[in-house]
Amino acid sequence: MDIVIIGLLLGGTYALMAVGLQLQYGVARIMNLANGETLIAGAFSTFWFYAATQASPLYALFLVVPAAFVLNWAIYRVLILPLVRRAKSQGKLEVDSILATFGISFISVGVLLAIFGGEYLDYSYLAQPIFIFGERYGLNRVVAFLASALLCAALYLWLHKTRTGLALRAVAVNPSASGLVAINVARTSALAFALGGAVTAAGGGLLSMFLTFDVSLGVVFTLKALVIVILGGVGDIRGTIVAAFILGFAETAVATLVDPGLTLAAAYVLFMIVLLVRPEGLFGRRTA
Amino acid sequence: MSIVDTPQAVRSGITPREWRNLSISAAGFIVVGFVPLVFGGYALQLTISIAMYTALATSWLLFSGPTNYIALSTAAFFGIGMYTVAGGIDLLPYPVLIAAAGVAGAALAAVVGLATLRVSGVYFVIFSLGLAELVRQIMTWLQHVLGTMSGLYVTVDRSEPIYFWQLLLLTAVVYLVGWWIGRSRLGFALRIIGNDELVAVHCGINTARAKVILFIISSAFASIAGALVAPRWGYVEPVVAFSPFVSFQVVIMALLGGTHRLWGPVLGVIPFVLLWELISIEFPNQTTLLLGVCFLLIVYVIPNGLVGLIEDVWHRRAKAGGAAPGALQRMLDASAGSMKNMLQRGKSRNA
Repeated sequence: MDIVIIGLLLGGTYALMAVGLQLQYGVARIMNLANGETLIAGAFSTFWFYAATQASPLYALFLVVPAAFVLNWAIYRVLILPLVRRAKSQGKLEVDSILATFGISFISVGVLLAIFGGEYLDYSYLAQPIFIFGERYGLNRVVAFLASALLCAALYLWLHKTRTGLALRAVAVNPSASGLVAINVARTSALAFALGGAVTAAGGGLLSMFLTFDVSLGVVFTLKALVIVILGGVGDIRGTIVAAFILGFAETAVATLVDPGLTLAAAYVLFMIVLLVRPEGLFGRRTA
Repeated sequence: MSIVDTPQAVRSGITPREWRNLSISAAGFIVVGFVPLVFGGYALQLTISIAMYTALATSWLLFSGPTNYIALSTAAFFGIGMYTVAGGIDLLPYPVLIAAAGVAGAALAAVVGLATLRVSGVYFVIFSLGLAELVRQIMTWLQHVLGTMSGLYVTVDRSEPIYFWQLLLLTAVVYLVGWWIGRSRLGFALRIIGNDELVAVHCGINTARAKVILFIISSAFASIAGALVAPRWGYVEPVVAFSPFVSFQVVIMALLGGTHRLWGPVLGVIPFVLLWELISIEFPNQTTLLLGVCFLLIVYVIPNGLVGLIEDVWHRRAKAGGAAPGALQRMLDASAGSMKNMLQRGKSRNA
């Protein structure tokens, strides 16, 4: 029971970061290996905000999200777009964007190191217990989960009920056909990439409420987000959310039953299973 | 995209031209072998680094060059090599451990390859990205469960020149294997996969098998390199042995040199090791940042590496002279020849 609830709370918060990557990879078709660093930047900024103002970290999101949006938009325009234009094929673009974002991830780590230093950072916010079914859980986990669920729901509605959301989903299905029905693919992709970065940073801000971060953890979160996206199926938000819960459960189970140091192994085991059994993911469409 | 000089991919005998290239290369290696007798101290340390990264970057290229699958996992295999030596040094003689390191690396590569290389390339890249971190977590956990210390001491008595010669020998073997693969059916298959995987499948190539075999070879070399330098580090612990920087630097160096020629990486390794030395001395706190900047510069400014630049200049000159036949023409002739060759072989096998 413990594992189920903690897994649920953790998975709900993971969902947000994975939806961010999903937007970047599923819609903008950029495999962003610097995703984890965006998350760390969000977490650190939230820490900074809380240390400076002592106001609720949730308020920090109002600063972190727009900042991450602008930053990721700039990254897309300045660094990624030339690659999109240069690429002769989808495969070449994939290789180039992997290399470029890999480089960006190291630059981000360097910048974060310069600003925040290499120590573990955490803060204590709402560290009082809350009782669910007679068991005690951290209130901060519950608050982070609720905030994440709210944001995910808002994003889902926006994607499914607005014209821009429809355009995003169309580009996710087929970029060249979207161009034929008068969708500005370049702009939609930039929007998706920027939005993805903003959502990931929000995920980082929420995770920082109950997890301890240091700069080098970026790659671990990139990997977790990638595993979630692949498990759920590329281009499918529902799948991503379901997969985030699965990873949350798996990690919590491994951490409680085996060793807390092996959470990445849990993600890898899931990854292996998906690759062997259903490479297109839970909700993914099999491509010919 | 050919990885060897002569794109006569599938041919049984060794041509006079190949004999010439082989003897020139052998002579080159022997000359380089005298380096420790001339240099000592700091200069020798740098050359050892250069030799190590040449072995790592060239073995990385064996797989990632022709297939265009970016492997970010060198650190995992390198670290496994180190740990094989560190863990077994009290039980087995050192040379046996070097071989064991190769086997351990190959085994891990086989598992990873079989799981990821049957599906699209992106999954492989993702898997390789976190592999070093995964192995590090498992190692830390194992040491915790077994109750050993987090670090291990490796005490093998070796002098600096020996390290250099060992690594040089390894590099020579990597080159030889790379050259052999380049002119084998396997290498030809890989080049087709790199150009268009769908075409490769339709040609009847077992693409998954070719990729897995190459990944195993490439990774085993990285493990052996780790085993060779483990005693030089003396003390092996997870954080150091599986540092993601190794993977990153290997990819940078290979890209800087150029990934479509076997001799590309060494052209990237030499300037980069020197530059890196300078950066670590001048800006010890900004190394990560500057490493990222170097990486982006290479990806954006010289996508084909230094080899690409050199070849561009060379081709332009050749065109101006009008004497040498175009590279494209030569390549077409050669691949047509090798196709014919392959068909004939297939026929004679069936007969």
